[in-house]
Amino acid sequence: MYKNISRLIFSPARLSRCYSAEVTSFINRNLSTEQKYNIQEEACDGRPLYLDAQATTPLDPRVLDAMLPYLTSYYGNPHSRTHAYGWESEKAVEKARAQVAELIGADPKEIVFTSGATESNNIAIKGVARFYGAKKKHVITTQTEHKCVLDSCRALEGEGYKVTYLPVGQNGIISLEELEKSITPDTSLVSIMTVNNEIGVKQPVADIGKMCKAKKVFFHTDAAQAVGKIPLDVQAMNIDLMSISGHKIYGPKGVGALYVRRRPRVRVEALQSGGGQERGLRSGTVPTPLAVGMGEACNISNREMAYDHAWMEKLSKRLLDQIYEKLPHVIRNGDPLHTYLGCINLSFAYVEGESLLMALKDVALSSGSACTSASLEPSYVLRAIGADEDLAHSSIRFGIGRFTTVEEVDYTAQKCIHHVTRLREMSPLWEMVQEGVDLKTIQWSQH
Amino acid sequence: MSSKLQVLSLYRLLIRESKKFPSYNFRNYALRRIRDSFKENKSLTDQIQIKQQINKGYDNLEIIKRQVLIGNLYKTDKLVIENVNFKT
Repeated sequence: MYKNISRLIFSPARLSRCYSAEVTSFINRNLSTEQKYNIQEEACDGRPLYLDAQATTPLDPRVLDAMLPYLTSYYGNPHSRTHAYGWESEKAVEKARAQVAELIGADPKEIVFTSGATESNNIAIKGVARFYGAKKKHVITTQTEHKCVLDSCRALEGEGYKVTYLPVGQNGIISLEELEKSITPDTSLVSIMTVNNEIGVKQPVADIGKMCKAKKVFFHTDAAQAVGKIPLDVQAMNIDLMSISGHKIYGPKGVGALYVRRRPRVRVEALQSGGGQERGLRSGTVPTPLAVGMGEACNISNREMAYDHAWMEKLSKRLLDQIYEKLPHVIRNGDPLHTYLGCINLSFAYVEGESLLMALKDVALSSGSACTSASLEPSYVLRAIGADEDLAHSSIRFGIGRFTTVEEVDYTAQKCIHHVTRLREMSPLWEMVQEGVDLKTIQWSQH
Repeated sequence: MSSKLQVLSLYRLLIRESKKFPSYNFRNYALRRIRDSFKENKSLTDQIQIKQQINKGYDNLEIIKRQVLIGNLYKTDKLVIENVNFKT
């Protein structure tokens, strides 16, 4: 019990704060009514449940089944033109390319296989900006993009490009007027993600595409979290470049794709020098088994999109209903309507996210992006949508996927309700709120 | 009708094989997906379409058989939810 309180008090955000006498008395009172809580007694046998579908998804058995022949018998280099080993691999890669293209309404020739969405984003942003860099030196993106987009833009800034980081509203969505105002004759590229990886918010991609087309600016979208989950059509949405990831759609890790429009042509400067594979945009041998897996994953997603979507709708509603019914002061981060249902980001007020994650040991959850999960800093996405610092510290992301079951959702909801209630009961802040003290009016003395 | 018997036998084979998936998530997904697919296609009357769906089912049966085998080669511990007697 004492440990838990000290964790609450000495959490990084509050380390520098000193509690007023009033708060100290609350803590003392809480300590005197100590009841033993032992986390070991609550620990259950077995592997944790997986509810982190935004970080990665399991490999679909059907995808593995398609890949295995190319990991065993058919090992030819798909670029070998002189023998049957090469031809059979090439045929498989081209079939996979067509499957990826079909999912997003593109032509197979417009698909470039890469090592993942990070590489796709790098090629798209740096490649387009550098190719047109002699004439245009401005790139627009948003504050809530994935780290690899932001970092690519930082790199461009180092090369003398100007980058506009658009703010987002409280719901996580950008304002189209603001975007329109930011586009100048010097702008070469707008890069805005389709579905946010932390809060699941969907940006108005079709409207952005239309605007970019009218202004003759290239539009790149990072659709790693969206492809295969929501319907996307690069023609109807006027998307010029799109990044796709394999392992977010039940495919293998280590493979991704980049859609690059051919008519009107988008020119890209390659980052990697080499044998000129993939139209010279991404040299290096295409990994046949991974490409085949990605193709099959896209094929399955295409076929099953409506079915999976209905399942996700059912489960996310079930999870939210249970949590909302039992717990007050739960805030959903991001727009509740324009969102991908498989990603639910909740802030449990007066509970520290990390302590909740520790208590929920038998459910694999995350407080945000996997890339930054080692750091205790609150997520920059939540800060960008204007979440209060204490709420940004108490957020948890629930990722529901194709293989999540009803029982898993119920188990997670029950455990979550139990631990949030328990942690709140020992929180002095919660007690003050119950007594009607407005925490915002408290003067925290600072050292 | 022979096609009706064929469909029933395919259904039984698919369910029986899917129950062998050692992974909790894959097992439950396969069972759910099979039941829903058969429900979806219940009203099919066109013999050619029925034949196509039956063939698809047999292809999937082969995939499930192979994947059950692989799943058994690389088993993990059971999930929390399989060990706890959890009631919804």
